[in-house]
Amino acid sequence: MALSIGQLLQKKSKTVLESWINIQLQDDGLKEELLSNQEIRKQSEEFLHSVISILKKEDSQNTESPEFEKAAEILTEISTSRAMQGYTPRETGVFVFGLKEAFLSVLEKEFKDSLVPYADSQKINKLIDALAILTFETFISSREEVILRQTSEISEISTPVIRVWDGILALPIIGTLDSARTQVVMENLLMKIVETESTIAILDISGVPAVDSLVAQHLIKTVSATRLMGAECIISGIRPEIAQTIVHLGIDLANINTKASLAHALRSAFMMLKLEVRKTVEKPKF
Amino acid sequence: MITLNKETIAIKREQDVVFFRNRVNEYAEKIKMGLVNKTKLLTAASELVRNMLIYAKEGKVICEIVTISALQTGIRLTFIDNGPGIADIDKAMTDGYTTGKSLGLGLPGAKRLVNIFDVKTVKGKGTTISITKWKNG
Amino acid sequence: MDKIPILKMGDYLLVTIQVDLYDRLALNLESDLVNMINKHSSKGVLIDISAVNIVDSFMGRILGNIAQMSKILDAHTVVVGMQPAVAITLIELGLPLSGVHTALNVEKGMTLLQEKLFLDSTVIADDTDDNT
Ligand SMILES: Nc1ncnc2c1ncn2[C@@H]1O[C@H](COP(=O)(O)OP(=O)(O)OP(=O)(O)O)[C@@H](O)[C@H]1O
Ligand SMILES: [Mg+2]
Repeated sequence: MALSIGQLLQKKSKTVLESWINIQLQDDGLKEELLSNQEIRKQSEEFLHSVISILKKEDSQNTESPEFEKAAEILTEISTSRAMQGYTPRETGVFVFGLKEAFLSVLEKEFKDSLVPYADSQKINKLIDALAILTFETFISSREEVILRQTSEISEISTPVIRVWDGILALPIIGTLDSARTQVVMENLLMKIVETESTIAILDISGVPAVDSLVAQHLIKTVSATRLMGAECIISGIRPEIAQTIVHLGIDLANINTKASLAHALRSAFMMLKLEVRKTVEKPKF
Repeated sequence: MITLNKETIAIKREQDVVFFRNRVNEYAEKIKMGLVNKTKLLTAASELVRNMLIYAKEGKVICEIVTISALQTGIRLTFIDNGPGIADIDKAMTDGYTTGKSLGLGLPGAKRLVNIFDVKTVKGKGTTISITKWKNG
Repeated sequence: MDKIPILKMGDYLLVTIQVDLYDRLALNLESDLVNMINKHSSKGVLIDISAVNIVDSFMGRILGNIAQMSKILDAHTVVVGMQPAVAITLIELGLPLSGVHTALNVEKGMTLLQEKLFLDSTVIADDTDDNT
């Protein structure tokens, strides 16, 4: 009785593994410094066995079978770790597609003059393709995760809240103010207000390139939330052209305390807190 | 979207609201939703469940933990009632529109607080509102 | 049975909300407070909501009502200790509570009330000046 494709490949699994690893190592994109030969071998072997166990089954197309899930799990782990290490999708793709090549080349040798049966090569093709799609999906989603994490780190770093005086906080905003950023700004600011018991917050927007109605809305929200907490908010660093656009766009900032510069804002904060800053007069020396 | 966890809570009296809010709170903690997002979700839920009690007398809420990818997990709440339905949903979704003597903030406000807001309402038959809040969105 | 205790401290009333407010409880608080202000001729009301995790439109409206009603009865209301997450949510909901005075904590709220009372008394003094 002739062996089924799965059994045949099981018998030849050593040869398949060697040829697959060779294919992977030939790819010049492979980062040797990142992934040792040893690791490739281990990952490849584990994955190969799970794929062969799928091929041995009647329903190799069933993505719900425990065998498929096992293979998917291994693959997810590999492509996630590769995405984190900065591999390109192509390099990860070579891993999966290289296996197809290895399978077919081994089978071609096995069947010598006659062609590899169409149904069998189709079976391999379909399975590998399904696994490859999975690789890309995981690859992209883990990359997205990296990006997401970096974005939140960046926006947190880029919105420092500084305690400039007892009871006065300053928050220089640099760059555009979108809704995600506003969220972070508001959260940081309000937490710091509670923490330091500050009653005045100065929002300096001299580093904000443009103020459109959306940005203005975000500013108004931040001011209103600050007031709900029981603190006052001053917006400083309004350049002349920003004042112009605000008026041209018909944005109502009437209820908001605005000042041209951080220094002006600070002076008005001192006044609100009934503090006075004076120059000491040196006594003339005779 | 895949559902990981599901439960239905009946809303008949005002006291059920407290139990319901606590349940949603537990769900949010389970997926480690941030404090601000959790507060937004609970507030939106509070608005919708109150509408249910006022305008439809009673109903039920389906609470689910849903996920669309490894990084997007959230909570979906579906408010189902067999009340009178909302006659003009477009108007009801605008700030300040109320048939009671209230602020008319509940529906539009709830929409602003969540990521996905979906209403189906049939006059005389009832209203189904589904909201989804992502863990970090 | 369901009541939130109201503390009388001289001219002021102090309410600390510790429990999750459901609607009836909030409504009771509104009427109890108004009655107390009237009974004791209180000059100020301090509502500490630092333990409150959710303020929805209903709760928000009650706070606004209390502020308005006490103003009619010649008392000032200050809401203190709102949590940051609650403040952000209220703004997104569209309820900035513009008629309500706020302060960071009870101590600062008390100072604010005293300032308001002082202002009131100077205004009255001015009035009497004009009359004589
Ligand atoms: N489940 C419901 N069944 C029937 N009608 C509803 C339902 N929910 C809302 N409505 C209608 O939609 C209107 C708007 O609802 P919304 O929650 O925005 O405002 P409100 O409840 O009147 O006031 P607020 O929520 O600010 O106290 C309601 O006045 C009511 O007529
Ligand atoms: Mg409502």
